[in-house]
Amino acid sequence: MANLVVFCILAVVILGSALMCVMTKRIMRAATFMLFVLFGVAGLYFLLDYTYLGAAQIAVYAGGVTMIYVFAIQLVSKRTLQGLIERVSCSRMLWGALLTLVSVVTVIAVFLKNKFIFAGGLLPDAEVPMKQIGHALVGSEKYQYVLPFEFISVFLLACIIGGLVVSRKKED
Amino acid sequence: MVPVECYFVLSALLFFIGVFGFITRRNLIAMLISIELVLNAVDINFAAFNRLLFPGEFEGFFMTLFSIGVSAAESAVAIAIIINVYRNFKSDSVESITNMKG
Repeated sequence: MANLVVFCILAVVILGSALMCVMTKRIMRAATFMLFVLFGVAGLYFLLDYTYLGAAQIAVYAGGVTMIYVFAIQLVSKRTLQGLIERVSCSRMLWGALLTLVSVVTVIAVFLKNKFIFAGGLLPDAEVPMKQIGHALVGSEKYQYVLPFEFISVFLLACIIGGLVVSRKKED
Repeated sequence: MVPVECYFVLSALLFFIGVFGFITRRNLIAMLISIELVLNAVDINFAAFNRLLFPGEFEGFFMTLFSIGVSAAESAVAIAIIINVYRNFKSDSVESITNMKG
């Protein structure tokens, strides 16, 4: 019961912040509301007993990605920051809302039509032990994930180099 | 425990709020923020599927973990491209980018 109450509070926070994030005209406010959405999603991970995922979400998204966005907004959109209204045509907004409503009704209908085997009651409300996560993350046997773990480190290095090359000032 | 349908409905709504922002906003950074919302909705689904339907396994957990890392890298590269676009076109709206060779 307590879980359900916490879930409802988190759902209201996430959906309200997400709506404000896409509706507001100022980019800085959109970034701030995105931060609230990310905190709400981290709260959902805590609710699902995935404490490690929640911590990673807060550290990577709220700590890193939001900072990148804030820096980019300060560097790029000076006119938008001063409250200049972004031009959004009314017909596009209408078409977007219509398309989105149709899609969301379809997807939710498909979700609710299926009956899933609910096995969550079988497991106690205990968080996943950190040792198990660590062994699965760097083990090389079946259901262990050392290859994507190493691949993502190479990928991050490639992204750092790519970002530097793309945003570098031309010398000539 | 919260029934799994609640997570589905929440993540579907969050996903389509992100899609709505992506097709209505014309600012590059606002579109990127909408993509982040979509990615978060997918991550919620992975974690909820794994925890509530297949407890004791870790596929969705690690998928979410790697997805967080990949989206951080993706947003860094996209921000670098946006800063470069702003330097070339002096604007951060998608309408300003009409040809590839600046």
